[in-house]
Amino acid sequence: MKKSFLFISCEEAKHICDKSQYGEATGWERIKLAIRLSWCRVTRAYSNRNNKLTDVVKNAEIECLKNDERKKIKQQFEQELMKHQ
Amino acid sequence: MANHQLNPNNWIDLYSDYLFNYTISRVNDREIAQDLVSETFLAGLKSMSNFKGEASERTWLISILKRKIIDYYRKINSNKGKAEVRMTYNSDTESEGDWLEERVADPFDMTAEDKMQNAELGDAIYGCLEKLPHKQAQVFKMKTILDYDTETICNELGITASNLWVLIHRARTALADCMEENWF
Repeated sequence: MKKSFLFISCEEAKHICDKSQYGEATGWERIKLAIRLSWCRVTRAYSNRNNKLTDVVKNAEIECLKNDERKKIKQQFEQELMKHQ
Repeated sequence: MANHQLNPNNWIDLYSDYLFNYTISRVNDREIAQDLVSETFLAGLKSMSNFKGEASERTWLISILKRKIIDYYRKINSNKGKAEVRMTYNSDTESEGDWLEERVADPFDMTAEDKMQNAELGDAIYGCLEKLPHKQAQVFKMKTILDYDTETICNELGITASNLWVLIHRARTALADCMEENWF
């Protein structure tokens, strides 16, 4: 078995960690991340912080405008803004 | 004394999401929240001459929005009051006494304190999001708050998936740093 099959770089581990926050990491990627997490302190620290951020954003239950909603507000506003300039 | 300036050209990009989040947590209706945010920007534009520069642009806009929210509740207050009076609790004698049990506080309901803490947390997150480059903040919001899938975001913004993950990575790293300073 090739070493690169199981062993990934720190950058790749961070990328997989980001993807897994959104449920987009594959099973194989999660295995590779778990192996890296078992021995790499840097990846572990990144992963802990990343998980914490996900929890915080989820708990805050924040909302934002969808692009089309923002566009609608922007259009109305820009019409008024033109009158003022 | 700080002398802040108003720059309405940037208001929508900088503050629309923050104002929307502030509003929706108070009115619980997406469309009404959009209307109130829109009215706030228009009112801000009309009363620009009243801005003394003592508060930041965002604080000033929030003070206008607060008045808009109060006006909204005043406007619907009569109807809301009627609804409360009309809400007779089971006149049916067979179920007499049930009302007490039905009105017991739900332990899973959010307390006022929880809501306040959530609002503060939301403010802290938005405070950090405002410090990010526009594109990073935009991608982060679409992916994390609006829960859009990768393909939709890529199509909407005309970027590749690898570009998206680079932006997400940078946004998450900067946000975690900022939240560590201000919240964790």
